[in-house]
Amino acid sequence: MNRIKQTFTALQANHKKALIPFITAGDPDPELTVELMHCLVDAGSDIIELGVPFSDPMADGPTIQRSSERALKHHVTLNNVLDMVTQFRRKNEHTPVVLMGYANPVEAMGHAVFAEKARKAGVDGVLTVDYPPEECEQWVDCLEQQGMDAIFLLSPTTKPERIKQVAELAKGYIYYVSLKGVTGASHLDLHDVKSMLEKLRQSIFIPIGVGFGIRDEATARAVAELADAVVIGSRIIEEIENSSRDEVLNRVKMLVRSMRQAIDEKLITT
Amino acid sequence: MNVYDLPDKRGHFGPYGGVFVAETLISALDVLREQYEYYRNDAAFQEEFAYELKHYVGRPSPIYHAKRWSEQLGGAQILLKREDLNHTGAHKINNTIGQALLARRMGKTRVIAETGAGQHGVASATVAARYGMQCVVYMGAEDVRRQATNVYRMKLLGAEVIPVESGSRTLKDALNEAMRDWVTHVEDTFYIIGTVAGPHPYPMMVRDFQTVIGKEAKIQMLEEYGRQPDALIACVGGGSNAIGLFYPYIDDDAVKMIGVEAAGRGLETGQHAATLTKGRPGVLHGNRTYLIQDDSGQIIETHSISAGLDYPGVGPEHAWLKDIHRAEYVGITDDEALGAFHALCRYEGIMPALESSHALAYAAKYAPTLAKDKLLLVNLSGRGDKDMATVAQLSGITF
Repeated sequence: MNRIKQTFTALQANHKKALIPFITAGDPDPELTVELMHCLVDAGSDIIELGVPFSDPMADGPTIQRSSERALKHHVTLNNVLDMVTQFRRKNEHTPVVLMGYANPVEAMGHAVFAEKARKAGVDGVLTVDYPPEECEQWVDCLEQQGMDAIFLLSPTTKPERIKQVAELAKGYIYYVSLKGVTGASHLDLHDVKSMLEKLRQSIFIPIGVGFGIRDEATARAVAELADAVVIGSRIIEEIENSSRDEVLNRVKMLVRSMRQAIDEKLITT
Repeated sequence: MNVYDLPDKRGHFGPYGGVFVAETLISALDVLREQYEYYRNDAAFQEEFAYELKHYVGRPSPIYHAKRWSEQLGGAQILLKREDLNHTGAHKINNTIGQALLARRMGKTRVIAETGAGQHGVASATVAARYGMQCVVYMGAEDVRRQATNVYRMKLLGAEVIPVESGSRTLKDALNEAMRDWVTHVEDTFYIIGTVAGPHPYPMMVRDFQTVIGKEAKIQMLEEYGRQPDALIACVGGGSNAIGLFYPYIDDDAVKMIGVEAAGRGLETGQHAATLTKGRPGVLHGNRTYLIQDDSGQIIETHSISAGLDYPGVGPEHAWLKDIHRAEYVGITDDEALGAFHALCRYEGIMPALESSHALAYAAKYAPTLAKDKLLLVNLSGRGDKDMATVAQLSGITF
């Protein structure tokens, strides 16, 4: 059983939901990333989504774009990102790491080369934003051969037949994008999320995480009630952006900890 | 004879093209593809498109024999397909009319566009005014500064111009931003992409609307010269004017096709936009194609004197035509393009766009190597009024 599956199995046994934070590798600078990852775990994160910076992050809003730009100022490459995961694994054997990014950097490295290096580094899953299922059979095979999960997005506009198609390829968990738009937007509609998740669960039998637009404890708590995992990205990046280098770790830890408490709290009271 | 019939159902030209976008855009692209597939074969739609091209754009654009310049060069005869005479001064309007008509039929009330130099922005603002739609144009902040006249022109036409501050603040970033707008406002908004790039169906759709150039040329060549040209020459940034001219000739192997990219300060300097010559295949802006990128797959800033060619990608169909050796792609430097700009002004009384000057410059190199009875058809894709400030500045003249 791989780390992602283990994590969800353990959470389910304890009646808990997963907290999945997103940070961009190399933001605010490459030296801090591994420490930040450990700090996310200390604060109660279950899985870490680590963004691979890209020059043209078309599906991301301004906050994550800026984090990508900050990382690229330090010339952070995909190889560097994999090195960071290797370093992280020296102290942490159990927390799953999912790389999230765009197709071009992995194509530049080559699918098979990437898959082998990523597995060796200790990556558990990969979400390539601009690889929809139609375009990535060979890619999914490469990941599977190395025992990694191909994570896919689903959106409020995804049609039923497509949900089935994605369900066949997806491993690990599904990342449900809870609104129309880009990352960091702020108009998540809980009612819509609820009814869509009900639809998704008819054909998806792996955990479903919800992200895009979760900006405060109340929303995180409400989403945790509906989904298997809560994904928080832009809100954390904002915290990184607005902190001096000395305070970054502490402030991110406090934010993630309060999200953790919010998520757990609801489940205890229901 | 081979029958060229691409892209496939999912928008592939060999390994290129396709739909490489986030899930959030898939459904919008599905709807667009279905609608376009329908109207592509709808007689009323095609009739209205043809009517608009004739009465609003002023088509057909003539083929003009640049006799004096050809004589001076001393080789093949240079013929110019005069897209510069279109309403708004370039080939871009062919496509924006097509997409605006489609937008109207799809019930969209708002159109958005990306623009580099501003030509596609102007063409989009123009059709939005013509059909009474709201128009928002995304333009890199750097380009807004460089192309102030076109920004004002768009505003006069009623469009809102939004400067894009992210990334390199140029065309590619404007495209990213327009995509983000589209994914957020997809119910009422139609995204008019200006070139044969982007996710399927855009490369096919934009090509289809631009093929009016090549279709006219085929008829005109036969009528006026009794035969087809020996070679077609067109500049390639994204490649819409080139594919518009080339496409109807693809199955006609006797006609050579030459795409001219911007070699900027020289192919070896790293400061160019010669994607097909110096790039590698990758994925950007929704399709797989050749890209100017570094070893780790980050997109690199390009350089060209002409903003319209200053793009790190290229239409996927050009990538395929290169790989199958049906078309040849060459580079022309800033200086060579400027030389052709001045030559056409002086010998023919025509001021070409700096983009088109790249095609002209290659024709000027190529013509002298050929016999005088050979015919080169160059796509004069736009007029150069917009470039006067750039040319003046390079010549050390200030107004």
